[in-house]
Amino acid sequence: MYLNQFLFLAAFLFCVGVYGVLARKNAVLVLMSIELILNAVNINLVAFGLFRESVAGQVFALFVIAVAAAEVGVGLAIVILIYRNRHSIDLTEVDMMKG
Amino acid sequence: MVAQNIVFGVLAVAMGLAAIRVVTTKNVVHAALYLVVVLAGVAALYILLAAEFIAVVQVIIYIGAIVLLILFGTMLTRAPIGRASDLDNDQRWLGVVVALLLLGVMGSVLADAFGSTKLPKAPQIQRTGDVGLSIFQTYVVPFEVVSVLLLAALVGAVVIARRD
Amino acid sequence: MLENAWIIPALPVLSFVLILFFGKRLPKGGHEIGVSAVAIAFMLACVCAVQWVQRPADLEVHGPVEEHAAPGPMPHANAVAAFEEKEPGHEPTEGGGQEKEGEHEAEPIRKPVVREVTWFDNGQTRVRAGTHIDGLAVTMMFVVTLISLLVHVFSTSYMHRDRRYTHYFAALSLFTAGMLVMVTANNTLQLLVGWELMGVCSFMLIGHWWEEQNNSNAALKAFFTTRTGDVGLLVGIAVLFFAAGRTFDIAEINAAALGGDLSHGLVLAGAAALLCGVIGKSAQFPLHTWLPDAMAGPTPVSALIHAATMVVAGVYLVARLYGVFWSGFDIGGGGVNAVALVGGTTVLIAAALAFVQSDIKKVLAYSTVSQLGYMVMALGVGAWTAGVFHLVTHAFFKGLLFLGAGSVSHAVHSFDMKKDMGGLREHMPTTYRTFLIGSLALAGVPPLAGFWSKDEILLGASSNGYPIFLVVGLLGAVLTAAYMTRCVYLTFFGDYRGHGDPHESPPAITVPLVVLAGFSVFAGLVNVPGGEWFAEWTENETVLSAGVAHHSFSPIVAVIGSAMGLVGIAAGYAYYWRNLGPHRLTQSSGPARTAYRILEDKYGLDRLYTDGVVSAIKGPIARGAYWFNQRVIDGVVNGVGIAARGLARFVYDTVDQRVIDGAVNGAGMGAEDGGKVLRLMQTGRVQQYALFLFGAVVVLGGTLVLFTTG
Repeated sequence: MYLNQFLFLAAFLFCVGVYGVLARKNAVLVLMSIELILNAVNINLVAFGLFRESVAGQVFALFVIAVAAAEVGVGLAIVILIYRNRHSIDLTEVDMMKG
Repeated sequence: MVAQNIVFGVLAVAMGLAAIRVVTTKNVVHAALYLVVVLAGVAALYILLAAEFIAVVQVIIYIGAIVLLILFGTMLTRAPIGRASDLDNDQRWLGVVVALLLLGVMGSVLADAFGSTKLPKAPQIQRTGDVGLSIFQTYVVPFEVVSVLLLAALVGAVVIARRD
Repeated sequence: MLENAWIIPALPVLSFVLILFFGKRLPKGGHEIGVSAVAIAFMLACVCAVQWVQRPADLEVHGPVEEHAAPGPMPHANAVAAFEEKEPGHEPTEGGGQEKEGEHEAEPIRKPVVREVTWFDNGQTRVRAGTHIDGLAVTMMFVVTLISLLVHVFSTSYMHRDRRYTHYFAALSLFTAGMLVMVTANNTLQLLVGWELMGVCSFMLIGHWWEEQNNSNAALKAFFTTRTGDVGLLVGIAVLFFAAGRTFDIAEINAAALGGDLSHGLVLAGAAALLCGVIGKSAQFPLHTWLPDAMAGPTPVSALIHAATMVVAGVYLVARLYGVFWSGFDIGGGGVNAVALVGGTTVLIAAALAFVQSDIKKVLAYSTVSQLGYMVMALGVGAWTAGVFHLVTHAFFKGLLFLGAGSVSHAVHSFDMKKDMGGLREHMPTTYRTFLIGSLALAGVPPLAGFWSKDEILLGASSNGYPIFLVVGLLGAVLTAAYMTRCVYLTFFGDYRGHGDPHESPPAITVPLVVLAGFSVFAGLVNVPGGEWFAEWTENETVLSAGVAHHSFSPIVAVIGSAMGLVGIAAGYAYYWRNLGPHRLTQSSGPARTAYRILEDKYGLDRLYTDGVVSAIKGPIARGAYWFNQRVIDGVVNGVGIAARGLARFVYDTVDQRVIDGAVNGAGMGAEDGGKVLRLMQTGRVQQYALFLFGAVVVLGGTLVLFTTG
């Protein structure tokens, strides 16, 4: 097996995730796209771990999974807060962050 | 080797299609279900990469917990369960362009750097025990930091989402 | 039983869980679980004590070269009589340990019972959890379970129909469990677990009636103040972990500290950090301010905190890790060391404060602080046995005094001695008698418990080369006797000043009082001259190999010590009963008024902490930064500015004004027009920003790829 098999697949997932983050209106869908990106990173970590015969790849993949869990928890809390305040989770309407 | 490559091909195709469906489907719940396919595919890839512990964790945490959380989020925010026509914003075509260009850049870099690099034929497998020892010896400080992070996220999520 | 001592802390933990889940559904609101669990634990602790006494003393410990004063031969008949109270049924094998009495340089002691399992193992370090049962642990288990049992019984009546009755008992159980975990611990980590468990429970219990702002503030204050010290404990544990060669085991740490292979600086650092923890937890000067405020909790909790748990945890820590303190602070060397200094200061400062309190519980609280100072001072002057012995006797009479105060307040519904008490001795005879016994024991009147332990402390201070602390101890004895006389007078004598009709409390309250009164009278007899059983049972390998000196009973010290107590009582008697001495001193004399005000103000320490420490962080540092900003930075800027102005005038006058102005104006207009265009990009939509972000990544990454590969 080539190393690149995995890296290309990961790159593809990453770009699909980026597209999802850029193009989706629904905040929950954006969170899902972020999960795609994080998984792409994890594939890279584990693949390089096998390639270098090092355990660090797996360890850091575990850390990334833990961080992802925290991210989803806080992210969904924010989404619910937005929904409660605006009765919509359309991200195009959330545009207070401007000068 | 051949068998592994066949498995990888099947997985790659399934994951690629499912990933595209996640970001294009008109139905939020369907998107979550496609996400499950992608995550399960990633878990299978971990098995291919001889990382069985990560595979199990992937199934438990991602498919078990995170997708469930996302479905709850969908339900609580009363996002349309059926089809909804306007799930994409108006910059989707720009998004396609950027994503494709990004893929091009990354792909060319990868092809350039690891064009014909093969994974070792009989790699030294890192067993679950080795992962555990490594976490609690070499990486014990990051591990503790992650536990603090989880605590902070827990408290933060409660504080953000509670009604007061 | 000694091997299975883990059951004793496990019982209250179990009771905590059961009360939490099932307490509310039980007919008595959960106290039946708490009381029975602690009662069983107490019985098991008694079994432990008996087995410990029967255990053959076969471990020979060689102390350092100096001579020990060998304890005299034991008169057995005496021992049995004195002992029935404390260790029922120990008579059969009293002589078990005394066969090797003759050897002078090696004192045989009972081998500690250690049982441990691997808690976790990360490859480099194996952390074990287990119990290390020696005389000290057995004594503490006995005291803690006894006081806790009595407090549980007392609470069933005192807290009757309380809103959070069930939660109260759950927290009480956990509190006891914390202390028991700590005293049985064989490693510093486990000790820390018990220590912190008590911190949390004290927070819950002090703030039990948290609806009142004062109570929840007191709980927070107790928690934060002890926490300040706990940081020291954590640092100390870490230092000792590495110093003793990556081990948490207490016996190994003590042995390593006494072995002399470690650098003195390292041991001193560890001991100093631990001392911070002790100062916080045991309410030593200058972190004693939380303890009087902790009176906001229910009175039985105060009794538990002050007598058997929480505050004595710090003293226990010093006694347990004595090797570290001994060699770190060079206790054997005489002179002045930090431990004794902290203890001695606390003795006097807290005793003086007890005089100006009108709240009966606060008098007792400052008295506790002062007596804890005695214990720490005893350990600091090398009188280990005396310190531990005082801890035990103090637990009995201070528990008695607090429960007595609870009984009084139960009757008059107030804690204010000046307004709502007085003349209660006729209304509450049992409470009065037991309270009087406790006060006399605390004042050190022979032959009550307090006399024997205080005498030993004074003896240790005088014989180990610490004359200053002998004086401190004697002064403290006078003050203690005097303020307790004042307290007894204000509460039980004179005319009743309160409202309503006070009446004697129910048996659930008076029985614990009587039991504790019995202990306050007789507990001192386990360590009398000619029969130092307490020393024989509790002293462990660490203490003996450190070479803690033993001194034979000195009649002069005993006479002076008890005379001091009597002087204090006499002074109080003359002042209050006979109305002698300068009354209304605070109105007539300026210095006295000032002193009174300083005491009322608690030496300004509270103000120092809130105004000083807290506002130092916002005040002076901010001012300092402002000063630096004004003087230094502005000075440099101004200097540069003045120099630049000269240069600028020259440039302005000579260099062509129009060229530069033209360029500047052009740039300004360009920026304004550009800004108009770029402003359109600032939509506030995150996804658009993300688009720019990834677009920029593509452009930059693409450029990099093209230039490096191409």
